[in-house]
Amino acid sequence: MKPAAFDYLRPASVAEALAALARGGEDARVVAGGQSLMPMLNMRLVQPRLLVDLSRLEELRRLDSRDGWLEVGAAVTQSELMARSTLAEEVPLLAAALPWVGHFQTRNRGTVCGSVAHADPSAEIPLCLVALRGQVLLRSARARRAVPAESFFLGPLTTVKAADEIIEAVRFPLRGSGTGYAFREVAMRHGDFAITACAAVADAHVLRLAVGGVADRPTARDWPFLFGAAMDEALNAFAWDLGGDDDQHATAAYRRTLVRGVGRAVIEEALSCR
Amino acid sequence: MPIMNADTRHPVTITLNGRSRTGHAHPRMLLSDFLRHELGAHGTRVGCEHGVCGACTVRIDGVAQRTCLTLAVQADGRRVDTVEGLAPEGRMTALQEAFRRHHALQCGFCTAGILMSLSDYLERVPRPTEGELRDMLSGHLCRCTGYAGIVRAVMDVTGASTEVADV
Repeated sequence: MKPAAFDYLRPASVAEALAALARGGEDARVVAGGQSLMPMLNMRLVQPRLLVDLSRLEELRRLDSRDGWLEVGAAVTQSELMARSTLAEEVPLLAAALPWVGHFQTRNRGTVCGSVAHADPSAEIPLCLVALRGQVLLRSARARRAVPAESFFLGPLTTVKAADEIIEAVRFPLRGSGTGYAFREVAMRHGDFAITACAAVADAHVLRLAVGGVADRPTARDWPFLFGAAMDEALNAFAWDLGGDDDQHATAAYRRTLVRGVGRAVIEEALSCR
Repeated sequence: MPIMNADTRHPVTITLNGRSRTGHAHPRMLLSDFLRHELGAHGTRVGCEHGVCGACTVRIDGVAQRTCLTLAVQADGRRVDTVEGLAPEGRMTALQEAFRRHHALQCGFCTAGILMSLSDYLERVPRPTEGELRDMLSGHLCRCTGYAGIVRAVMDVTGASTEVADV
């Protein structure tokens, strides 16, 4: 399986990349790590006329915390983020979820922003971004804008990002005091896409559960404090509202069972580690 | 940098196992094909060509990654290390010897990729637990060994014990 032919641009600056995307329109695609896009090119599921490679742009290698956010630039790989020694204190949910993203070999090249741009409904990084109410920083030759994670994802492989925009960076809020976080997923094999993944955030007032792999995008719900049967009822209602389908990996009923069971487990874990 | 035209073969220079090598590639050419067909470095195997099997793993600037998910033009100017470079003097490395001792390969198709992953991984995690090692190996498909021999071989060279019984 080989990609169909395309022109290739390794821009010297973000401005050059954005100008090329503005000219290329819908026929241009952005590549950074390529761990999602390259398989689609190889299988010819996408056939762009122009590939714009962001992977060597130093401007996009920013990885720092400031103003209450951890900001991850478009060229930062998943491995580089995992290797950040302060990550577990800064964004504990990401530290828990990143080992579930693909494999050692794909994390070495795959980028954090690339996973967000790809918008697979079962992917872990978009799920964390939604669970934590992160932001996606978009930039085109026209303008810059920051989009809240919950309004960024529209459906499978579909986002509000326009063809001439790149994700310049994504932002995760830094750990809140008195807040607990937990992540778990169920997949056929480790490294596979999740059948269901759950991320919970619990502080003194609110429980928040985000679920991936069931609805057409990562989806979160907030509750005030719930206990016992009230929590079971709330999780059951959420599981039905997510509206998962049967597919070759699991039935919709099994997915609801996972939301109820794994959802409860991550909520309890998040509560216990506040 | 100007746009590289789809219909033109562009010069690509990499440092392959310490030697500067130049070939030509259309933008769509995968690094796996560039290594094998353009530079004649056949040690790197091509399996699934969509990033699942791990057979084509090499080190690019020291980092283990899949060459079927990398374009040749993206590797331009980079250092690429392949299985041919592991034992430059014709003597196998300790890990390769351990692979032979523990029957860590049968057909050998996955072996080059696994060795290249391990050469990066063991520099970062010199003494992995069996669980950590198996987690890393989940990025490679081996259909002959069931991984038992591979795990034994790695645990042998790292000096760690393994729960996998010798057969």
